[in-house]
Amino acid sequence: MLENMEAEVEVRSVLIYILFIGLLTACQGNHPKEQASSSYAIPAENIVVRPDENGWPASFDFGSRATKAQIERLDISITPDGKGLPDGMGYAKDGALLFQKKCASCHGETGREGPFDVLVADSASRAATIGNYWPYATTIFDYIRRTMPYNEPGSLTNEEVYQVTAFLLYANGVINRDDEINRQTLPAVEMPAKKHFVADDRRGGPEVR
Amino acid sequence: MNKDKKILDTQFPDHIPAVKISRRRMLGGAAALGLALVPDAFGKVIQEAKPIFVPKDPTKVPGVPPGPLGTRSPFEKLKKLPSFTSSRTPLQNLFGTITPSDLHFERNHGGVPTMDPKRYELVIHGMVNKPMSFTLRDLMRFPSFTRICFIECSGNFRSGKAELTPQEICGLTSQSEWTGVMLSTLFREVGVKPQASWFLAEGNDAAVMTRSIPLEKAYEDAMIVYAQNGEALRPEQGYPARLLLPGWEGNTQIKWIRRIEIANQPFMTREETSKYTEKIADGKIRQFSFLMDARSIITFPSYPLRIEKGWVEIRGIAWSGWGKIIQVEISVDEGKTWQAAILQEPVLSKAHTAFHYLWRWNGRGTIVMSRAIDETGYVQPSYRMLSSVRESRGGYHFNPITAWEIKTDGTVWLADNDVL
Repeated sequence: MLENMEAEVEVRSVLIYILFIGLLTACQGNHPKEQASSSYAIPAENIVVRPDENGWPASFDFGSRATKAQIERLDISITPDGKGLPDGMGYAKDGALLFQKKCASCHGETGREGPFDVLVADSASRAATIGNYWPYATTIFDYIRRTMPYNEPGSLTNEEVYQVTAFLLYANGVINRDDEINRQTLPAVEMPAKKHFVADDRRGGPEVR
Repeated sequence: MNKDKKILDTQFPDHIPAVKISRRRMLGGAAALGLALVPDAFGKVIQEAKPIFVPKDPTKVPGVPPGPLGTRSPFEKLKKLPSFTSSRTPLQNLFGTITPSDLHFERNHGGVPTMDPKRYELVIHGMVNKPMSFTLRDLMRFPSFTRICFIECSGNFRSGKAELTPQEICGLTSQSEWTGVMLSTLFREVGVKPQASWFLAEGNDAAVMTRSIPLEKAYEDAMIVYAQNGEALRPEQGYPARLLLPGWEGNTQIKWIRRIEIANQPFMTREETSKYTEKIADGKIRQFSFLMDARSIITFPSYPLRIEKGWVEIRGIAWSGWGKIIQVEISVDEGKTWQAAILQEPVLSKAHTAFHYLWRWNGRGTIVMSRAIDETGYVQPSYRMLSSVRESRGGYHFNPITAWEIKTDGTVWLADNDVL
C-alpha cells in the first residue's frame, strides 16, 4: 500500500510537467532575491519546462549528511577577500628559484617566452598576462595550487605556492621585491587590470554588444 | 576526379575506396578498408583500418549475424578533429540536430579523468541548512528530467583562410539529449540560505576546474546530468556526472563534478577572470558573459565540397542561448537579399535547430550565407559589424555570419571575413 502510494507520487512528479513563464512564479519557498553582485537576470520571456513538484515530500532522504572531514578534504576554494587562504608565506626570491625548476619549461625563463601561457607583462607583447589582465591576486594562488605544474598538478606545498605567487606578482611589477605574500597581504594586493573589468551587459534583444 | 581537391556533391563523408586484394574464393567481391576499434599500447581504444570483404551481390551470401554492439558502417569515416586541448565535431558530416555521442566536441584543461562510478560523490555545502553528499545512485533516485540542448564552447570561432570546413570554423558546438536531476531539486534538499547568491561548481579532473555561477541559473534550468543520448555520459563529457547549464558557455558546465559550494559572492577563479572574458569597446573586459548569442552556419554546401548547376538544398544549423530560434535567413546573392529558410520542427529552446532552403544554382559565382534570429529579436551580426561594436577581431563569444564563396566551377570556399 505504502509502496503503491510512493510509486504514484513518483509517477506523478516525473511524468507531469508544467509549463510556466519566468522563474519567480515557479519556485516555491527558499530561493533568494536577486543580488547586486550577480549580473545575470533570467529573461522574463524564457519559458521553462520543469518537473511538477506537486506532491513532493519536504525531503526525499536520498544522500547522506556531508561530514566536516569530507568537506575539509575537498574545500580548497578561495574568494578574493582571502577566505580559504592557508597559513604560510612566500617571497619573490624563493619563488624565482622554484619557477626556474618547475615552471620555466612551459612559461619561459622569465615568464615571457612561452611556449604556453605568457605570464609576465611586457610592454612590447600583446599577450594577456597576470600584470595586464588578471583582476585579482588571490586567483594566482588558487590556480597554481589547484592545477600547476601541468605535469604534476597539485604537487606544490602551500608555502611553495605562496613563493611562486610572490615571484609572479613581483615579475609583473605589482609588488616590491621584498614584500611578503601571505593570507593577509595577498588579498590586499590591488591588481592593475581590475579597473578594466565590467559585468556582462547583454540583455537579449536586437542590440549587438 | 581532380587529384588536388576532393570533389563531392553531397554531404556524405569521403567514402573508402575499394582496394584490390587477391584472395581466394572472393565470390566476385572486393575488399575495402574498414575501421575497427583496437586497443593501443596504452590501453586507449583507437580506430585502425582493416580490410573487410564486400560481396559483389549481398543477396547471394548470408550476412553478418546479430551482435552485442552496433558499429558504424565501415564505409563511414566520421572523425572529430583533435588538437592539444580540444576536439571538434564534424558538423558538415552530420544530419538533423543530435550529435552522435562519440562525435560530441571535447574541450578540457587537464585531460579526461578516469572515474569509478562506485566511488563517485557530489558534495553540496556552504550556505546551506544541510550539507549533503550524493552518490551516483542517490542522484539517479531523484525525480529525473530529460531535455535536448546544445553545448558550445565560447571560444568557437576560427577564420583566416579559404580552406576551412564548418568543423574547423565552429566545430566546438554539439547537441545531445541529456538526462539527470534538476539542480533546483538538489538545492531544495540541502536548503539554500536566503543570503546566498552564487555557487561554485568544481570538477574532479587534473585542472580541478572551477566556475562561479549565479544562483538564479540553478532555479531556471540547471541540471546535474548523468546520461547522454540514452546512456551514461561519455568520459570526455564528464562521466559519471556533469553540470548542464542550457544556453551557457561550455566551460561553465563543469564535467566530472565533485563539489558545489553555495556562497554570497563569485570566487573569481582563473577561468572566469584571465580566461573566458572578452575585450570589448573602450578597453573594457567583459566578465561573466555566460549566454551564447544566436548563431548559424551553413553546413552544406561548404568547403571542400563542389556543387553542380541545378537544385541545391542549402542546409545548416542555428542556435541561441537566449531561447528559441524564430527565423534563419539565407542570402544567395552576397547579402543583397535575404529569404527565410524552413526550420525543422520541433524548434526547441537553447537547441540546435536544423534549417534548409531550396536553391537553384545558375552556375554563376556568388556568396551564400545564413543569419539566425532568436526570440529576443537578436539578429546574428556580420563580422564587420560585430568586430566594430566589440573593437575586436575574435575571441570569446564571437558569433559572426559565416559566408561561403561559390566559384563558377562549383567549388566552395570560406569567404573573407569582411565580405558583408
